[in-house]
Amino acid sequence: MPDTQYQARIPIYPRAVKGRFRNLKWSVLALAYGVYFLLPWLRWEREHAANQAVLFDIPGRRFYLFDLLVHPQDIFWLAALLIILALLLFMVTGIAGRVFCGYFCFQTLWTDVFMLIERWVQGDRAARMRLAQQGGPRAMALKGATHGLWLLVAFATGLTFTLYWANAPDLVVAFFTGQAAFAAYATTGFLTITTYLLAGLLREQVCTYMCPYARFQSVMFDKDTLIVSYDAARGEGSEGRSKPVRGLRSREERQARGLGDCIDCGYCVQVCPVGIDIRDGLQYQCIHCALCVDACDTVMDGLKWPRGLVRYTSENALEGRRTRYFKPKTLGYAAPLVLITVLLVLGIAHQTPLDASVSQVRQPLFVQLSDGSIQNSYEIRLHNKAQHPVVLELRLTGLDGAALDTGRIERVSLMPEQRTTLLARVRYDVPAGAPRQQGVVFEVVPVEPEGMDVVRVESQFILR
Amino acid sequence: MSESGQSPEAPAGKGVPTTGHTWDDNLRELDNPLPRWWLWGFYATVIFSLIYWLLYPAWPVADTFTKGLSTVTFEVDGEERTTHWNSRALLVRDMQTGDSALRQREFLQVIDDSTLDEVLGDTNKLAFVNSYGRGMFGDFCAACHQTGGAGLMGVYPNLADDNWHWGGDVETIAQTITHGRLGFMPDYREVLDEQQRDHVAAYVLSLAGYEGDAEKIARGGEIFQGREGGCHACHRHDGTGLRSQGAPDLTNDIWQNIDVAGAEDDAARRALISQLVHDGVRQEMPAFGDRLSDAEIKVLATYVHQFGGGQ
Repeated sequence: MPDTQYQARIPIYPRAVKGRFRNLKWSVLALAYGVYFLLPWLRWEREHAANQAVLFDIPGRRFYLFDLLVHPQDIFWLAALLIILALLLFMVTGIAGRVFCGYFCFQTLWTDVFMLIERWVQGDRAARMRLAQQGGPRAMALKGATHGLWLLVAFATGLTFTLYWANAPDLVVAFFTGQAAFAAYATTGFLTITTYLLAGLLREQVCTYMCPYARFQSVMFDKDTLIVSYDAARGEGSEGRSKPVRGLRSREERQARGLGDCIDCGYCVQVCPVGIDIRDGLQYQCIHCALCVDACDTVMDGLKWPRGLVRYTSENALEGRRTRYFKPKTLGYAAPLVLITVLLVLGIAHQTPLDASVSQVRQPLFVQLSDGSIQNSYEIRLHNKAQHPVVLELRLTGLDGAALDTGRIERVSLMPEQRTTLLARVRYDVPAGAPRQQGVVFEVVPVEPEGMDVVRVESQFILR
Repeated sequence: MSESGQSPEAPAGKGVPTTGHTWDDNLRELDNPLPRWWLWGFYATVIFSLIYWLLYPAWPVADTFTKGLSTVTFEVDGEERTTHWNSRALLVRDMQTGDSALRQREFLQVIDDSTLDEVLGDTNKLAFVNSYGRGMFGDFCAACHQTGGAGLMGVYPNLADDNWHWGGDVETIAQTITHGRLGFMPDYREVLDEQQRDHVAAYVLSLAGYEGDAEKIARGGEIFQGREGGCHACHRHDGTGLRSQGAPDLTNDIWQNIDVAGAEDDAARRALISQLVHDGVRQEMPAFGDRLSDAEIKVLATYVHQFGGGQ
């Protein structure tokens, strides 16, 4: 039995580090935050909707993405997009390991920002560790300021998320004057709390205990996958690692004694945001942020020894074999990825501005009229997806002598985004020997504006 | 059972006790402690359930249950009622004063304020009529007339064809719904003998365009048009029927009470009609004027008119 049933979190105080990967991570962070926080404010000229470039209008049941308008019936695009994202994630993981975790995951990005705030207010690792043990007004003030700033960032995050679902300038005003919808406050509140909890308090525990991807990503790894790894052969030599005490300061002296290049400074452990020692090998906690690479490179540069004691490599490369990137597994991910991407692009490119569907009324399938002719009824659904009004006429083809009856409705006018349902009847004086069932084609003809394509919908006519 | 040993090789299990179980030679179950926050999460759910029990119906007690503190207030027929929280009351409230209910009532008012021509010529109003009418037809009419108004031979008239006994324009359909109808044809068992009924049947078939024995048709015509049968009083001399009496048009091949069009041969057709003349007809449609508002009847009548046979 373990000593305790429930273990308190072992606090981690990551130390600051400078280097190539840290710079890359800052750039990704700046880009991601720039897009996330500014996108709702990007204006986009629209005649019949809010002038917001990206707007997810739930009550109106449509999503605006720049010039693209997404309707509920386009749910297949979402399916395709999710398949693309999943396959892309799997393929990238297979080739390059946990790049998503290390550079792009919002847990990583927001934790990074929260740690940055922590560092600005409380100082670096050593100062924070000291402060954690202290009480008193100064320590309380610094800790309070940290949490206050965290909450501020969390609130900005929550509010920004909410702005994607309504016109941002209006919503912000409504939000702070108490006029916004309950959902806006609830969403902002929920995200403020979760952001504060996940990025401020829970941090690496989200990856180790909660994230499903962190748990199943290991099955996509193989010996060719790019991993952040300690070069044990170089670092440990035959006699292990050692601090650079007197007589062990140059590589020649160390190699003569069988010692490796690792001087056991512990910098790689101190910078680790998940609190592991990369020298223990590949571990499921490791999010591959590569900060330990920067740390070790800094130390090696100082010693004027070659970089790369901790580096991006693969198990095969570590064992002296070639790393293969192009293999059946990669192609197996790439083929469906390309296929579905092509399908999605074609689907989006071929959307029509006018949706029409015709369903035959089935109860009753047909009726005989007093003049002996047969009548079928149809429910015609029309949806104007264009951003301008249209005027439509209905025509019937495919069945000679059949007459279309739309009552007193001669033309259908639809405002942008309007949809309607129309009951229409078709009468047909059945000639002798006609088959039981015949095809008919409904033509939805846009009269105004000119130049729009006629939409043809096939249906059937039941004679008896 | 427990050899609370250390996992020797794997660094991930460094210093972690195992449960002592081993599978496949070297697969061990590490006995890591749960994170403390997980325990807090558990306590939070406990507190949540306590609050929930306090607010909402929760525990069965004998033949009743704890009602909880929260309530639902809703209006029924202008009378305000308050009850303990339950989803049926929420539904009632939604149906009475929910956004959709209010919008529906608003639109119903629009239909009520519009003339018939405005409704029939406007796609939006017609779309509302068709959607609201479908629901009402299902509630009040479809039990007899069937979904879509196809009716049942011999019992309930077909509303989807253009053969109307009482008139098929919207106003008359609305009258029919409001006041109901009593369809009546007297029985002729005392008045006409079997042969006479057969002759009348032959004549009626000739009206609908069927061929038959000319002599029988002639004699049947005399009965139909003369005082003997007096059929023309309701069915009129040309057989097209008096709308005010609900007398069917006999000159087409649409039959409501007997399946003449589906009968095998002339004899079978005559037998069907002869039997109907012998028995008479008595059919009643109940009045809905006291159950539905004028606006609702207007919607329903327009919806029925849309089935296809409206005049």
